[in-house]
Amino acid sequence: MSTPSITHEHSEHFDAYGKKLGMWLFLFTEVLLFGGLFIVYATYRFLNHDAFHQGSAELNLVVGAINTAILLTSSLTVALSITAIQKGDSKKAFNLIIITIIFALAFLVNKYFEWYAKYEHGLFPGMEHFKELSHGESQFFFLYFFMTGLHAIHVIVGAVLLGVIAYLIKKGTVNKDRYIYLENGGLYWHLVDVIWIYLFPLFYLII
Amino acid sequence: MSEDHNGHVVDYKFNILVWIDLLIFTIITIEVAQFDLQDLTVIMALLVASVKTFLVGSYFMHLKFENKFMQAIVIGVAVLFVLVLILLFSDYLFFK
Amino acid sequence: MTSIPTQREYVNFFQVKKGFLSWITTHDHKRIALLYFYTVCTFFVVAFILGLLMRLELIAPGKTLFEAQTYNQIFTLHGVIMIFLFIIPGIPAIFGNFALPMMLGAPDVSFPRVNLLSWYLYMIGGALALSTLLYGDGPADTGWTFYAPYSVRTGTNVTVAVLAAFVLGFSSILTGLNFLVTIHRMRAPGMTWFKMPLFPWALYATSWIQVLATPVVGITLLMIVAERQFGIGLFDPSLGGDPVLYQHLFWIYSHPAVYIMVLPAMGLVSETIPVFVKKSIFGYKVIVYSSLAIAFIGYFVWGHHMYTSGMSSAARIIFSVLTFIVAIPSAVKVFNWVSTLYKGSIDIKTPLLYSLAFIFQFTIGGLTGLVVGALATDIHVHDTYFVVGHFHYVMFGGTGFAFIGAIHYYFPKIWGRMYNIKWANIGFTFLFIGFNLVYFPMLVLGIMGMPRRYYDYLPEFTTPNVISTIGSWVMALGLIIVIVNLINGHKGAKASNNPWGSVTLDWTHTDSPPTLYNFDETPVVTRGPYDYKNYEEYLSETSKNR
Repeated sequence: MSTPSITHEHSEHFDAYGKKLGMWLFLFTEVLLFGGLFIVYATYRFLNHDAFHQGSAELNLVVGAINTAILLTSSLTVALSITAIQKGDSKKAFNLIIITIIFALAFLVNKYFEWYAKYEHGLFPGMEHFKELSHGESQFFFLYFFMTGLHAIHVIVGAVLLGVIAYLIKKGTVNKDRYIYLENGGLYWHLVDVIWIYLFPLFYLII
Repeated sequence: MSEDHNGHVVDYKFNILVWIDLLIFTIITIEVAQFDLQDLTVIMALLVASVKTFLVGSYFMHLKFENKFMQAIVIGVAVLFVLVLILLFSDYLFFK
Repeated sequence: MTSIPTQREYVNFFQVKKGFLSWITTHDHKRIALLYFYTVCTFFVVAFILGLLMRLELIAPGKTLFEAQTYNQIFTLHGVIMIFLFIIPGIPAIFGNFALPMMLGAPDVSFPRVNLLSWYLYMIGGALALSTLLYGDGPADTGWTFYAPYSVRTGTNVTVAVLAAFVLGFSSILTGLNFLVTIHRMRAPGMTWFKMPLFPWALYATSWIQVLATPVVGITLLMIVAERQFGIGLFDPSLGGDPVLYQHLFWIYSHPAVYIMVLPAMGLVSETIPVFVKKSIFGYKVIVYSSLAIAFIGYFVWGHHMYTSGMSSAARIIFSVLTFIVAIPSAVKVFNWVSTLYKGSIDIKTPLLYSLAFIFQFTIGGLTGLVVGALATDIHVHDTYFVVGHFHYVMFGGTGFAFIGAIHYYFPKIWGRMYNIKWANIGFTFLFIGFNLVYFPMLVLGIMGMPRRYYDYLPEFTTPNVISTIGSWVMALGLIIVIVNLINGHKGAKASNNPWGSVTLDWTHTDSPPTLYNFDETPVVTRGPYDYKNYEEYLSETSKNR
């Protein structure tokens, strides 16, 4: 641990490790936030197993799988961009972040069409077909919309964050010697990926 | 002056290998779900998801190369969540 | 370097920049602490008045002042403000913010701008909570616990109240996150973990709870909003939901939350006792481990709020056992504090009085906690005034008194002035007597069978209720004396840099009031945190104590 160098004219010491620790702590709060929803899912899956089993049959496995592949690949591109910046290749790092953002947008577009299809069938909280569902199925679909919706909000936030980081790479603020902001942006993005890694089987696989 | 990054570089190739593993596990979990393993089906799905998470966490998120404290708190949070879930189910599993 | 204060220009943190704008855009942890101080105290007074109104209603059976519905809204708002706007943020956001960096030998927290954001979120949350008074069917009438299904069906302003709590939770999370990184990264050279004083240790344990538990209630409250808007059966049994699931989720946070409330207060008690006894704390390491143990075990006892809800027997037994286990580290601390007093050179100053009251009242609260924590006895006292008495003993008699004691302790450091000690002690006396007059009868009422959250009661409960209400006026008088005395204290005698003779860095190496970055140069730590051996010699050596 470096000693903070404080003189009478106080100089701010840039604490990269501290920033990383701070980001991990923030990730923990996100885990517990989604955790509450997973707890509700686990409980109602336990109590209404058949309804949940039925519910997943109504979701499009292909779209879900494609979205999973998209997010996994976007995690790759973010990880590669860190390798790039460590090697001093800021241009490559920048391009990889842009590709990551494009993947994020692709994910959101898929999600939009998925949701719209459900909405067209009246299968949206508050709509008629929804009200006709059994209790278990309405819980399943409500959790589907709430959890993937909350996740999508995090995808948007992540994409914006990465956009800012891309700008900082271009500007040179993020570089080979100081890339903690890229690391932290990457950590946030990987968490978004991890949440989906659990959402995908629990909603799209008929289990 | 170099920052207090531990500076460990995961090279391009290794990242890609991890990615391929992740895609393979995704295919595995989809295939396994076709079989009706009763209660085990959910467990299998969660297990594979956890393996994928382990890969993302260890390599993409660089946890494998961080100090013991970082690793300990990540594991700690996971353990905490699981314990809370188990305690919650002490109600639902044994409810009459 | 010889630091002769008169040669260097001494500019304290008040003088550095002036004007309202410089305060609400500050990054200085000390100014942020004071922003919190004034706003937290204002909310406390509002909620205190609501409490007085409740006691006024209960002075006699039947309707005294309010309809039942209004009474429900009053006790709900009282609880929401006291818990989310006073007790949870109170000590960490005010005294943690002010003293933590200085106790560590640091110039500020790790993320000063996040610190300011925490306060903005606090203000937004507070505004949202109070706004529920202004429209529709008025403030929520569900109790601060927002139990389903009533909370998803009632027409009062539950959605906004619950969103207020969500925003306040975010504020709390950011404070905890900030303190964790600060404690890890900004300790002065030589300050190993076990040379750190006990208030930072308490804040450390508290911050872990803030970070890990708060998000759960955050998402639960969002689910309440969703259920109100979309009519899904998440918690409403008529729609297929499980209301007990709501209780589980709510208490998974709200039980650890009570440790957020009490651990910092315990930390303050651990700080003040050595100072006024001029002796090292008894069992420093044990207190550290106890704090961490309370934080950890505290995650697994939430079901003890739900013994009568219909949980399985297995769950009830497990939660009761764990509840008894979590009581042990708290009891250990009480033992250690009392042992510190033994054979010490006791100086009865105001902060010590509050700490002694804490020990007495927290013990009563803790022992009554065992009564509610045991399955068989809880059946009798659950949802009675016994519970109300229990939690006020720990939260008010404990944390509340520690809070007021901390104001009296840090007053000279913050403002460089000293208040009138005689009047401070008189105020304390009225508060102490009044407090016990209010809440001890509640323990009796609960055992007699008076339910809580009722605005009416059977005639046989009248006498203890009258005593309790009169006690509330004694308490109010005490509070007025305390407040007036502290306000006058701003014009009191100039205080020295270390009037209490503490050996911790926040007193030994800083001015009263402190400068912007606290220290002239980073202190190097060689002594233990409560090393009072030859303290007079040590204090005379450090420049700030001349």
